[in-house]
This record gives sequence, structure tokens and C-alpha cells, in this order.
Amino acid sequence: MAVCVYRTSRVLVQGITGKEGSYHAKACKDYGTKIVAGVTPGKGGQEVDGIPVFNTVEEAVKETHPNVSLIFVPPPFAADAILEAVGSGIKTIVCITEGIPVLDMVKVKRVIEKEGVTLIGPNCPGIITPGATKIGIMPGHIFTRGSIGIMSRSGTLLYETADQITRAGLGQSTCVGIGGDPIVGTDYIFWLKKFEEDPETEAMMIVGEIGGNAEEKAAEFIKSGAIKKPVFAFIAGRTAPPGRRMGHAGAIIMGKSGTAESKYQALREAGVHVIENPGIIGETIAKVLKEKAII
Amino acid sequence: MKLHEYQAKEVLANYGIPVPEGRVTYFPDDAWMVSMELGLPVVLKAQVLTGGRGKAGGVRIARTSDEVREIAQELFGKKLVTKQTGPEGVVIRKLLVEKAADIEREIYFSIVVDRTTSRPTVIASKRGGMSIEEVAEKYPEDIIKIPIDPVTGFLPYQIRRLKYDLGLMAQEKEAAKIFSALYKVFVEKDCSLLELNPLVVTKTGHLLAVDAKMDVDDNALFRRKEIAKMRDLTEADPDELEARFSGLNFIKLQGNIGCMVNGAGLAMTTMDIIKLAGGEPANFLDVGGEATPETIAKGFEIITRDPKVKAIFINIFGGIVRCDKVANGILQALKKVEVKIPVVIRLTGMNREEGMEILKKSGLKFYVANDLKEAAKMVSELANSSEKSVVEAKKVETKQQNEKKEK
Repeated sequence: MAVCVYRTSRVLVQGITGKEGSYHAKACKDYGTKIVAGVTPGKGGQEVDGIPVFNTVEEAVKETHPNVSLIFVPPPFAADAILEAVGSGIKTIVCITEGIPVLDMVKVKRVIEKEGVTLIGPNCPGIITPGATKIGIMPGHIFTRGSIGIMSRSGTLLYETADQITRAGLGQSTCVGIGGDPIVGTDYIFWLKKFEEDPETEAMMIVGEIGGNAEEKAAEFIKSGAIKKPVFAFIAGRTAPPGRRMGHAGAIIMGKSGTAESKYQALREAGVHVIENPGIIGETIAKVLKEKAII
Repeated sequence: MKLHEYQAKEVLANYGIPVPEGRVTYFPDDAWMVSMELGLPVVLKAQVLTGGRGKAGGVRIARTSDEVREIAQELFGKKLVTKQTGPEGVVIRKLLVEKAADIEREIYFSIVVDRTTSRPTVIASKRGGMSIEEVAEKYPEDIIKIPIDPVTGFLPYQIRRLKYDLGLMAQEKEAAKIFSALYKVFVEKDCSLLELNPLVVTKTGHLLAVDAKMDVDDNALFRRKEIAKMRDLTEADPDELEARFSGLNFIKLQGNIGCMVNGAGLAMTTMDIIKLAGGEPANFLDVGGEATPETIAKGFEIITRDPKVKAIFINIFGGIVRCDKVANGILQALKKVEVKIPVVIRLTGMNREEGMEILKKSGLKFYVANDLKEAAKMVSELANSSEKSVVEAKKVETKQQNEKKEK
């Protein structure tokens, strides 16, 4: 079992002939992911590392039947690339691109909601089920098959967390980067539900950051009793000055909202195991789960 | 990207939205001349890229010619300290001089992208003139929120509802035209915020945008070149600008530990853990996914320029960028930039061992940490002990001076 993507997932790479696209298509393939096709307009008929390239998603779908698309298209054209995948019936889309205009994402979000498409990202490292499939740009070797599900707004922080969990002798069921932009395809609630249903996942880790209220919403959802498995959380940016964008377009404290404190408080009230020291995420999870006799 | 009020008003005027007659000025004499052209009374408004100008004394009314001169003299070159600028404030270099409006009442109007609903949302209130946070706290029932479907746009029935709720029946046609034009501006200029506070009803019964605030999505500037051209670099921190030109994301802070990290989330986390370990971060710095010798050298250069910095923490999680490449980059960078303060390095992820080996063989002195916790502790102790030794050196110095004096 896995969450959202599987060993059998057939992946299309949009923007496969670019520097990033070709590098990561190969890296994913080496990890064991089934990359069945690539798309770059005007480059149809070529091959990248033995993967056939098509001009349009429609054509690629007809010929190779992918069910997931991984997107590396540059920001001005990325929203169109997402909608092209949606238009060809692909239901799971992972968009790595950073820097898509917010109003483009407003339109994309409206369409994917209507079509029932799962969009991971944009501005994210992708999704990985260790040992099964890697659809994204993360370094595969730091992940180990195990029972913790991780969802993170940041890429490197997802790696840091997974690495600590691995070094604490645990592993991960599935790890997903939900994206660092103000508007992303999925929220924590979506993944909390998925991880709760997944028999392989025994606990979950929310890696949040300042800005917006996705963590508060997740806390509300957990508080309602929908989640029975233990949930852990860390929020980055406690020392960030208000009003400044901390790298990610979505990581900004506006007035009094979006602070690490308000997120911690909401999560704590929901019964989440809050880990305020990012240096002890792995060991804390291991300790708590041992006490609960879950592992 | 934030626009100045006068720039935002230029944009609004181009869309037929009424704004007060006025002009931006750069010298006191200039301001006086404009005021004579417009006729008194006038309003003098500091053009600085920060909120809270009014409360800080940056917006003033002048009723006489002498008053115009006095206020203009006082404001030009003054450091305006608002609750958003911090104690260092921001220098006033431009004044917008406008004909004062005859105000009957004030309305609040804004459009933002609501992150929860992923929709542009109109927020309005008949209680204009005060901050919307204050209205939300005291009169939550007076706030109108209208989410807009990006496909259908701001619909006539939504605009009608807004007019009734704001009591603009007498301005019916005018209001409809202005509200739909405002939404058009929001979309066509890729705004992340468009705020009129206040939008006023004048004594003669017309609508007038007395204040305007416009933030444009940085990600959309590639297709809004006319807006990108308006960028005012005079208020930006020179170090932050330089970093940006080199593809680094740098934000200056107040502490004494310089940070160099790959990835925004990890960079924030690095600041947090330094603080937990008893240190104070001097900056946020994301070197990005590439971390080449050039970007690392630039990072060192900018960090060490700040005399407050007593130690540097390099925190790299090798993913796409491999640790051995980063280690080589650090060595090459140190050939270009002399770094006299202690450097703590934590490398992990892809090719960690190779990276560590390269650092060891270099013969240069680094403090090497195995994990985040250890590194943060190490760098905080180094920075704090060097602060202490400076304080103690000073103590010894003054003691010696005192002894000399006594002799």
C-alpha cells in the first residue's frame, strides 16, 4: 500500500527536454518509477534517456496511458501545462515549478476542484513512497520504507525531517511536499485523511511554516476527531520578522496572522505532539511512539 | 512588489477611477509650487513603502502657503518611523501634494486573494478611515466579504449588493463603474492587494479614491513590464539587493550569527534553532538549489560585511546539490573572500562523506558538526564567547586606562 502514488503509477514528465526535466526524469527512472512518456511542444519524436517525447499531453496519453503527470515547465507556461494535463484526463499531477503567478493558480485551482484532480504543489519537491516510487526531485537515498507519513510545505525541510526519522531507526510510508506557494493544490487535511486510511502509516508528521492558516485548519480538523493516529508537528519561522517573505511566496506573517505561535497553539489544542526544537524531530517521534507502544 | 501611493493612483486614473488632483514632488519648493497650482488647502503625503504613515505624522494638511513651506521643509529628508518600519525608520524623499477633498464620509474597499478559498475576495465596510483589523475587532458585523469566481468575474448582482450595503444608492451608476474598474485593475495588473482606505463620498456626492495601496505579485512581473518599471530601489537594503542580483535570497536581521543554508524552509529552521541554542541569527540566506562557488563566495562577502557577525553557520542538505560539490565551492569561495571569524559547517545528505573528506584535507580550520542540534549549539557558543572576549578585552582596556589615569 502507499498513499496517492504507487509502484504501478505510470508517469508522464511535462517539460522533459529541459535541464531539470531531463535530469530528474532519469533520476526518478533510476529509483524505479515508471516514466512512460515526456512532453515538450515542438520536440515530439525525440527521446530522453529512452523515454519517448510527444508534442502534446493528449498524444502522450493516447500512446502510453500515463495516470500521473510530473511538471517541470517554466513559470509563465506552467499553469497552462497543468490545465493541459487536466484536459487530457490525468487525475494526479505533481508540479515542481516555482514562481507561478498567483492569479494563474486561482484559475487552476477552480478547474481542479471541479474535475476532482489531485494537484501536488506547485513549488514543491514532489511525492515519494520509499522503495516503491519517487515522483519528484528529492534525493531518494535518505528515505527508508517505514510507517511515518510526512507532509511538508518546504522541500529541504522535508528532507531534514525524513533524514532524522530514518536516523532514529524509523522510516516513512509516504512523504509529500504540498508546496510553498500561497495557493497549492492540496492541503494538510487532504493528506491527513489519506494517511489515516493507509494501513502502512502509523503516525503522521506535519512540517509547517509561517504564513496562511493551513496548519490552523489542519488543527481544527484533527480536533474534530477525524484522526485517530498520532500526529506530530513542527513549524518553521518562529524567528522570522513580520511582513517579510521568507523565500517561499507563502511564508509571510501578515499583521498578527500566520505566526508560528498561533499555529503551535492551535495544533497543541488539537492534541498534536508539537516539536518546537527542529533538532530533535526524529528522536521525539521515536520516543513518543515507543511510549505509546506503537513501535 | 509594493507600489507608492502616487504610482497606484496613476494606474487607477488610467482605468477611469477618480483620484484627487495632485502631483509627486521631490523638493520643498516643488511642493510649494504644486500647492499654488492646485489651490489651498492641500494634503502633503510622504511617499514611503510602508503602512502606518498617517499615525507616524507622514500625512499632513496645509491650509496656508506658509504651512505648505513649513511642513514640506520638515518632511523632506525626515526619518519616518512607523510600526512597520522598526526603529531605523525610512527617509522621506518624495511628497505627494494633493488637493484636499471635502469629505462627507469614508468607506473601506479592498481586493485580496484569500488563501483559504483560493479566490479573489472583495472586502468592504462603511467604516473607512481606520484599519480593517480594527473594524474587524470592533464592528465585525460591518465587514462585507464577497468571494469572486475567477471565471465569471465580479458580477453585477455582487456589485449591486455592495452598493446597497455601503449605502451608495445616490451614487448608483458611478459606484458600479468604479467597483468593476477596480476588479479589472486587480486582475489586469496581477495585484496581490488593492486597497482604498478611504474611498470617500465627497460633500458634492461623488466617489473619490483618497488613498490607494497596491501590491503586485512578484511572480507576475514578467508580464507586467509597465509595473516592473515603477520599482523604487532607493528604499531597499543594499545588501539584500546585491544578494538578489546574484540569485540569493537574503534578509538582514539583528543578531550576530551569519547563516548560509540551501532551501527556504531549512533556512528559517536554522534561524529558529540558533535562537533555541541561545544565539541570535544575523540573517536569512537561502543559497538556492545550485550553491556554486560564486554564490557561496557572494554569501560570505555579504555576511561578513556586517561587523556584528561573530560566527558563520553553513547548513547544507545535499539533494540535487551534492555535498562534495558544496565543499569544493566553500574552499574556492574562501580563496576569494577572507573570513576571519569561526565557520561551523554541517553537511548532510547526498555525498556527505566525500564532502567532509574534502574539508578535512583542505587544512583550513572549520568547526564540523554532525547534526542540526550540535551545529546550532556550537555556533551559538562560538559567537557568544567571542562577544564575551570582546567585552572582556574592553574591560581590561578601560581598567588599564583607569590605572594609567590614577598614576
